[in-house]
Amino acid sequence: MKRIVVVGGGVAGTLTANYLASHLRDEIREKRISITLISDKDKQLYEPGLLYLIFNRLYESDIFMPIKYLVDPLIDLKIETATKIDLDNEKVYTDKNGYDYDYLVIATGSRVVPEEIPGLTEAGYWFYNYEGAVKLREALANFAGGKIVVSVMGVPHKCPVAPIEVTFMLHDFLKLHGIRDKSQIVYTYPINKVFTMDPVAEMVERMFEERGIEYRTFFNPIEVDAKNRKIITLEGEEESFDLLISIPPHKGAKIIFDSGIGDKSGFVPTDRFTLRVEGYDNAYAVGDATNLPVSKAGSVAHFEAEVVSENIAAEIKGYPPTAVYTGKAFCFIETGFEEATYIWFDYYTPPMPVKPNKFVHWMKMAYNKAYWLTARGIL
Amino acid sequence: MEVKSDRVIDARGSYCPGPLMELIKAIKEEEVGKVIEVWSSDKSSAKDIPEWVKKAGHELIGVFEEDGYWRIVVRKTK
Repeated sequence: MKRIVVVGGGVAGTLTANYLASHLRDEIREKRISITLISDKDKQLYEPGLLYLIFNRLYESDIFMPIKYLVDPLIDLKIETATKIDLDNEKVYTDKNGYDYDYLVIATGSRVVPEEIPGLTEAGYWFYNYEGAVKLREALANFAGGKIVVSVMGVPHKCPVAPIEVTFMLHDFLKLHGIRDKSQIVYTYPINKVFTMDPVAEMVERMFEERGIEYRTFFNPIEVDAKNRKIITLEGEEESFDLLISIPPHKGAKIIFDSGIGDKSGFVPTDRFTLRVEGYDNAYAVGDATNLPVSKAGSVAHFEAEVVSENIAAEIKGYPPTAVYTGKAFCFIETGFEEATYIWFDYYTPPMPVKPNKFVHWMKMAYNKAYWLTARGIL
Repeated sequence: MEVKSDRVIDARGSYCPGPLMELIKAIKEEEVGKVIEVWSSDKSSAKDIPEWVKKAGHELIGVFEEDGYWRIVVRKTK
């Protein structure tokens, strides 16, 4: 029997496992193939929901789901903490067991490391994990006016457009509470525009100006002075704040460091087209875990999962594996509480946002509910 | 004279997060004195990256146009 092991129970891992089960249904029933999904958590978090959680527009019950309800019954789900991946000996170790594999899918994600910016954990907030979002929800509910800085503090980070979305939503939130005129919103970004991609940056800069949102560019924080409540940058600048919403630096999962299979930031060197781990024919990386210069976003994980599952299934069935990942990504961009736009792009096609409108916003609101169908491999 | 790079970042085909962001990540990770080379097929990198290097106070060794892409070579100075 050939064994497929998927490490990671987020979007990338769950989807890859479910797609594999769908492609290999007969082979699994005939006990020629097994699929094991290893997740260290028994519930999956719909991470895009954190953007809504901080404004009380989604709740815990909307954004957590037991993984056992998401995976195909043909998948052997193990709620265990994977501790080491041995690519040369084709084995994954957990806190309880060891799993030999014939095919491996690494879907171990990324995580925020606010501790890497001195002072940030004392003085800053973030919404890029659940614990941080809960604290920020409380801080926003109690905010009575002042200067809020939304600061992107590291690259790469999950969901590249979320800092823009939180800024627009913050503007509407403060207006709703009658304190926008007592507040200053400042957005900071590491490069010389408010977003990496020109068509988006041009639209957002114009919309920031219309809303009286200030922005600073070429702004790369290296320290937060918690006592004097100001940010200090790599470029030698300072910015004061009353409330700091940071997008902290990200790193790959601890297991990638412990296994010695990542780059300096803990991301796995991955072929940009085949998604194979560099140097290994039977190991793949998907989602945030890769070192690819593509967005760390659920849609990327989704499209990558399609490619990897098709190619592994093809090899098992004896066909040539011909699926190719072309860098495809799709992102909704909320431009407030009422409207949104979206972009799609790939290695060859730059994005072109549509004019923000209510329809796209309601599509996003619907998708926030429909995501669980995506995780199941249906939508 | 061609300077030998300590690290080459192939960011060709990248729109997001973008070649400059890859360079900033590398600048944070590498030691002072190291030479980092970014390959970008995005023409704006040839302008944007030198602009950031100047503001951040690092040394721009050169921008070299190759077949369909640019090589931007930077030394971390602080």
